[in-house]
Amino acid sequence: MHGSHATGSPYAPHTDDDTTAMLEAIGVESVDDLFDIPEEVRFDDEFGIDARSERETRELVRSILGRNDDLTELLGRGHYGYYVPSLVDHLADRSEFLTSYTQYQPEVSQGFLQALFEYQSLLVELTGLEIANCSMYDAATALGEAATLADRARETSGHRVLVPDLLLKGRRSTLENYVAGTDLAVETYLTDDATADLEGLAELVDDEVAMIYAENPTVRGAIEERLSEIGDLATDASALFVLGTDPVALSLLQRPADVGADVVVGDASVLGLPTSYGMGLGLFATDERFLRQVPGRLVGISEDATDRRAYTLTLQTREQHIRRERATSNICTNQAWVALRTAMHAAVLGPSGMVDLAKRGVTRAEGLTERIDEIDGVTAPVHDRRHFREFVARVDRPARAVAEDLEDRGFAVHVVGEHELQCCVAGVDDAALDSFVDALAEVAR
Amino acid sequence: MSDDRTPGEGAPGGQSRYDQARYVRDGQYEPLLSEKDLTRVEIDDSPLPDDLTRDGLELPELSEPELARHYTRLSQMVYGIDSGPYPLGSCTMKYNPKFTEDVAALPTAAVHPDRSAASVQGTLEVLYRLQDSLGRIGGMDAVTLQPPAGAAGEFVGIRVAAAYHADNGEDHRDEVIVPESAHGTNFATAALGGYDVVSLPSDEDGRVDLEALEAALSENTAALMLTNPNTLGLFERDIAEIAGMVHDVGGLLYYDGANLNALLGRARPGDMGFDVMHYNVHKTFATPHGGGGPGAGPVGVTEELAPFLPSPRVREREGESGYELFDPEQSIGHVHGFQGNWLVLLKAFAYIARLGDEGLWDASAKAVLNANYLASQIDYEVPYGPFHHEFVASAGDQDAADVAKRMLDYGVHPPTTKWPEIVPEALMTEPTEVESKETLDQLAAAFRAVAGEDDDALESAPERTTARRIDQTSAARNPRLSWQALEDSE
Repeated sequence: MHGSHATGSPYAPHTDDDTTAMLEAIGVESVDDLFDIPEEVRFDDEFGIDARSERETRELVRSILGRNDDLTELLGRGHYGYYVPSLVDHLADRSEFLTSYTQYQPEVSQGFLQALFEYQSLLVELTGLEIANCSMYDAATALGEAATLADRARETSGHRVLVPDLLLKGRRSTLENYVAGTDLAVETYLTDDATADLEGLAELVDDEVAMIYAENPTVRGAIEERLSEIGDLATDASALFVLGTDPVALSLLQRPADVGADVVVGDASVLGLPTSYGMGLGLFATDERFLRQVPGRLVGISEDATDRRAYTLTLQTREQHIRRERATSNICTNQAWVALRTAMHAAVLGPSGMVDLAKRGVTRAEGLTERIDEIDGVTAPVHDRRHFREFVARVDRPARAVAEDLEDRGFAVHVVGEHELQCCVAGVDDAALDSFVDALAEVAR
Repeated sequence: MSDDRTPGEGAPGGQSRYDQARYVRDGQYEPLLSEKDLTRVEIDDSPLPDDLTRDGLELPELSEPELARHYTRLSQMVYGIDSGPYPLGSCTMKYNPKFTEDVAALPTAAVHPDRSAASVQGTLEVLYRLQDSLGRIGGMDAVTLQPPAGAAGEFVGIRVAAAYHADNGEDHRDEVIVPESAHGTNFATAALGGYDVVSLPSDEDGRVDLEALEAALSENTAALMLTNPNTLGLFERDIAEIAGMVHDVGGLLYYDGANLNALLGRARPGDMGFDVMHYNVHKTFATPHGGGGPGAGPVGVTEELAPFLPSPRVREREGESGYELFDPEQSIGHVHGFQGNWLVLLKAFAYIARLGDEGLWDASAKAVLNANYLASQIDYEVPYGPFHHEFVASAGDQDAADVAKRMLDYGVHPPTTKWPEIVPEALMTEPTEVESKETLDQLAAAFRAVAGEDDDALESAPERTTARRIDQTSAARNPRLSWQALEDSE
């Protein structure tokens, strides 16, 4: 293979004459002479990966992905598929944005820095907290980072981290990995009808608690009605109150700052990304007290040599490339481009569009609940709560079988119990919801 | 609701709408969205009781054409790899082919992570085939695609190492050894994993000092984190001996994949004795970095470590065609809420499928050729050698940060500066395979021009960029991190 080597990287622009001239300048005979690799570890075999033309490669991927079924997704539980305006794709895909790197040279990165500054500002308005970083990987890793912040910032010897029993497995497990290097231990508090059992939680709280985590809405789509009381429990125990949510929910629901949240985490890619198999954007906002403990990148305002306003990455002495093992986090590559997309999507919606989208999350979920509750063999909602975007329904037949029959008819729903399905209205248009109601009526009995 | 809108109220400076003349006069390049408009929307007609909702929301309310111009202007103030060479050492900034964006935009790529395996066979096949290709490229037995970045991959490596040692009843191993030339993430990751970090000095050739390694190794060693070639661009020629020494004390050898581009098809971490490695697919396989992310940091391991990899992984279905997810039997669990950065993985798959064996092999050839050629064409001292994909020059009497600012005036992005600290006033340069001889000559000319300039020229640079030299100190001393904070301070 390597001997003839008729083809090479299509993106290496060298002509044969270039290569010859360069080798001459370096003073070697061939490129192979430049590889300083001992014989014993040299690789002299093939990977067995065929090269293709661009056209063939596109066709290959198109054909493989064609094996994905075309389903209407009534899926949520932490990952949502709202319609993303075309403006977002076209402008975020401008190659200066897409092909740039971390803004280590701010003088030639002003545009991206400003966009990230605007993203931070969006989250400050939504959360009511003073500081937002310009991205973590996703909600689960942001929760993990919140716990390590609690570890660094705690004022007591407390080591208990309390999370709801309903917490998504991926989030709980990620959190456990993040705290593995600390003396924090994750414990569960119970929920009652899909929201926190306040009395039970109060009994668990003592001086040993370092952090209480709650979500609004909860993973079952229920709106948490007693957030301030959870905040008070945390404050009384000198623990951090960490709240999980997202920008669409924040457009309507109580402001985290008003219920005593010290840190807000969640997935901000609810705006800006289509369903991307779980690819996300970790939201992280906190109180000014924790400025020097914040993980991740921060964009701040400064001035340039002519006293004009300029943006720059700041407080980098918290970061791994300066502080090494004493850094507030190991994060380096983050989700900057997704943050750009989210900021763009929010800008297209504007405050009225954001609020409308959130209101529709309540009214459309309620509307669908009422409609399917009328179907024989379906009871909805299971939880006697107010719902946002999604809810759980009880089906008389085994939920798994109902979900499979729905899938045959082109709809995907969550199975969350033996007789429980969860349905989400985000990103599903009204016509598709009508068809869904018909399909469920066919398969529910 | 709309009745209660109060356009412009609260906008910094009090203007109700974007005042172009004011911004031109004040020398600002593009106003913040909040300076063009801030509209407060009161929450009324809410389907929820008042005590469950916020009072209002105040954000810019602009039309689509206004936004199109805003973001177009911002993009014009960003330097990307499509703008010119971007030789950031250890960051591996390659040209990103455009077709991978089209592939990622296929409607069939947009699927929810909770879909049934049967309904997303295409997505699972891409993941399976990418796992397989990465395994072959790295010489590793098993690969997880879940880590959403290189540092997240490091964290998986450290957690997998911890799980492996615990499984062997060796919980006492509490040290991770990291060479002083390593990426900062290595130190931070080991600390995040709860390990004590043992820093390892380099020898006079810029490579691992075997005597120092011998002294650092003990029955407490959990792992040595190494990149090869290292950040000085030097191949660790003693790698087989290093691997033997680490394994002799029962430790694991971790490969930081940041520099894998130099080795494609020439040597494989698995063959060198590494037990666990991460791949930076956004570096080695040319998926766009997007202003700092997303990336993806798949992790490869040997067979012994495979049972500990994160859940879930993808495998072929037994006895029938198709793919399924499964949890490795002694898995460390999740390191991401779902399955990592799928769109980045999809672009990496398409890139690898495009290049194939020959393209990957040629990429390392041209990357190494380019680094050595550029190193031979500049006036700054380049200690150590011979080089692989990158080299570290010393700016000598000049301040490397000033050199970088001045290079911006020559229309090129400068190298990574002041790191690794082993080289004084370091200029860590990695041109990658995508630059032509002509571009390298332009880069070399910029290096030479700046090398000949005096302190005045350097200290007043850059002069030809969107913003002139930015005061980093004042940004940190007086943090203004949102437009709300700006409003308070002006």
